[in-house]
Amino acid sequence: MASEGDRRPDPEVARRSRLLEGLRLEGEGARGVAIALLSSFVFVAVVIVAVTQSAGWPEVKRAFFDWGDISNAFPDIARAFVLNVKIFLVCEVFILILALVIAVLRSLPGPVFFPLRALAILYADLARGVPTILVIALLGFGAPALQLQGVPTSRVFWAGVGLILIYSGYVAEVYRAGIESVHPSQEAAARSLGLSRFQALRRVILPQAIRRVIPPLLNDFIGLQKDTALVAVLGVIDAFNQAQIYSNSTFTYGAYLAAAALFVAITIPLARLTDWLIARDRRRQQAGSAFA
Amino acid sequence: MSALRLDGVHKSFGANEVLRGIDLAVEDHEVVCLIGASGSGKSTLLRCVNLLERLDGGRIFLGGEEITARGVDVNAVRRRIGIVFQAYNLFPHMSVLRNVTLAPRDVLGLSRAEAEERGLELLARFGLEDRHDEYPDRLSGGQQQRVAIVRALAMRPELMLFDEVTSALDPELVAEVLSVIRELAEGGMTMVIATHEMSFARDIASRVCFLDEGLILEEGPPAQIFSNPRQPRTEQFLQRIIEAGRL
Amino acid sequence: MRKLALLLLVGSLAVVAAGCGSKKESASGTTTAASSCAKDDLNLVTTDQLTVGTDNPAFPPWFGGTPHKPWQVSDPNSGQGYESAVAYAVAKELGFAKDEVTWKHVPFNNSFAPGPKSFDFDINQISFSPSRAKVVDFSDSYYDVNQSVVVNKGTPIASASSVAALKPYELGAQLGTTSYQFIQDTIKPSKKPSVFPQNAGAVQALKNKQIDGLVLDLPTAFYVTAVQVPNSKVLGQFAAEPGGEHFGMVFEKGNSLVKCVNTALAKLRSDGTLKQLQQQWLAKATGAPTLK
Repeated sequence: MASEGDRRPDPEVARRSRLLEGLRLEGEGARGVAIALLSSFVFVAVVIVAVTQSAGWPEVKRAFFDWGDISNAFPDIARAFVLNVKIFLVCEVFILILALVIAVLRSLPGPVFFPLRALAILYADLARGVPTILVIALLGFGAPALQLQGVPTSRVFWAGVGLILIYSGYVAEVYRAGIESVHPSQEAAARSLGLSRFQALRRVILPQAIRRVIPPLLNDFIGLQKDTALVAVLGVIDAFNQAQIYSNSTFTYGAYLAAAALFVAITIPLARLTDWLIARDRRRQQAGSAFA
Repeated sequence: MSALRLDGVHKSFGANEVLRGIDLAVEDHEVVCLIGASGSGKSTLLRCVNLLERLDGGRIFLGGEEITARGVDVNAVRRRIGIVFQAYNLFPHMSVLRNVTLAPRDVLGLSRAEAEERGLELLARFGLEDRHDEYPDRLSGGQQQRVAIVRALAMRPELMLFDEVTSALDPELVAEVLSVIRELAEGGMTMVIATHEMSFARDIASRVCFLDEGLILEEGPPAQIFSNPRQPRTEQFLQRIIEAGRL
Repeated sequence: MRKLALLLLVGSLAVVAAGCGSKKESASGTTTAASSCAKDDLNLVTTDQLTVGTDNPAFPPWFGGTPHKPWQVSDPNSGQGYESAVAYAVAKELGFAKDEVTWKHVPFNNSFAPGPKSFDFDINQISFSPSRAKVVDFSDSYYDVNQSVVVNKGTPIASASSVAALKPYELGAQLGTTSYQFIQDTIKPSKKPSVFPQNAGAVQALKNKQIDGLVLDLPTAFYVTAVQVPNSKVLGQFAAEPGGEHFGMVFEKGNSLVKCVNTALAKLRSDGTLKQLQQQWLAKATGAPTLK
């Protein structure tokens, strides 16, 4: 310890005040977090109390949140959910391909390709503008009604076709955003090496474009997963229809919760998988600025 | 027959006429350096040679063939010309080696083994062979630019174009890139180099062209241009460069 | 920091206390102990008016007459059709004149949603079931139901003559009816059946031969063959089990009106009105062979 009268700063005092300084600053951050957590907790608690104390709660609870109801409905709904998954997996493959074709057509430059570009634009506009349920009903009931030779009558088939046609419109726009986000200098570099437009697209632009739009692509995947439930309008028994059947026979709604749980259950792993894909690719994005 | 000839080349972007009648002939093994202020048309000129821009007037001949004629296979022309840009433009989703072998495989039809052999040889020549598996974002700017040069060389072009390839680099990395270009010049590669590096130009150029507002105002051997410019504007330009400490 | 936490805690406790304090009487319905069925004592949604709900479109033979907006296919206000007639007959017993009866469009799904009902009772070919009766109150039977199956003439299923013979076929039913359950429990087909959200879809699927047979209650089956699906026939009806399926009117749980309606129905049954109305409106619905 410094003796009295010594004007040099006491190192021990300085050290202690630095420590306190650090703690104080850390403490402020920690305090903010604590307030946020506490107030969220309190808010949720207040909402729960308000809901469960309301006059109609017992009836709503019995209608929506009855555990016996939900667990009774679950096995049949889970079995029917397999159909939703199948439709989703098959359709998604076709959507990714068809949408890519449309997006590429849309990106062809020059007046000679105008008709193709116009077609692609028109397609994307129509596909996104028309209600999906309408298209599915039209195809599912209408196409077989034409009674043309060789036209399949399977409703699942036509629902799948409907979903593919509609979602390709959305996904094409997502691809387009990705393609347009790749800097034109990449295409210039590729073309300068003698690569044709198609080769440049395939080897240089699309790989970069697609990596960039994985989050919005996943959004559309998830939307598709839920829209597979529209097959119910054609009478096919998928998870949603099964939930409706159950609900109508018991006059309760727990079955819908069971169906919703299944849809959520599949969405969460999809989302985590996507995050992992993005993280894995992140290091290969954009050749960065000079290393040094 | 010149390796490269430009006849009365005009190019406008909208209302802005960038090239106002360029006449230039480059012989085999010549190194022609283009100097001039920003906006004088150097980059545009190179991009026109590479057919990345369409001419508004004039013609360009490569090895005697008119490459700006109607019906010319643009991809075939580009195979014969290598160009390196200021921004390197390496493909970030591919390793260094893949960057280099992509065009030889897809355009020239080389097998993977052949293309990789050629690529590794070139990379080794410029001291980059141990980086061949890395992705571009792990390399320094100087290394990336050298890879870009190798990528262009892998196509065995007749002519190499360099568009201000050191302008984006940190000063300490410039030298390694210039030494690559020097080596190519010494090896007899026909080159057109747009650059701000005046001392370098003075060293390796067979001929220097001063571009001013879309025209080649003056051209001649480096000694003459740098020490004894005839045009007042050339002198003004060089004066500014000296003042900026770059000559 | 501590002061803030304390404040939040006290605040939330205050809200909880307030919530508990204002807890209302236990909800679920208007439990009235009215013992009188005099018109003025009745528990009604709108005073001096009997509000009757049914779905839209209203189909024969349950409803008839030319539809006026917003009703389609038939007009409940006409008094024609079995359910319309029964509703007016019950209303008359309760003391309501024809113009004191108001019809309300109640989609099937709304008839059992939790919360107060917008109708006094709903009449819409709704079958009684014990689980449904936990959520709503049913009147006594106004019609004992027989399930039946409609097929296209000239198809392989059209020559089936027993329940067992129906097993290999693709059958369909409408959502909200008990026909699906009937298919599962009694016919037990090998192919997965379909359940359609609307009559229109079910009918179209049968026309398109996307399903082989449509299972529904006998009277509706005759309507389908007579009007909706050309070249179809009622293959047969299924023997009704003793104490089997019946239609009942749906009431809000705990509504004392049920007792009064039941009294009215009992009277209509004992004085032969019910039978007469059945003969008038459902006569055609008896001529189908019984499948065993």
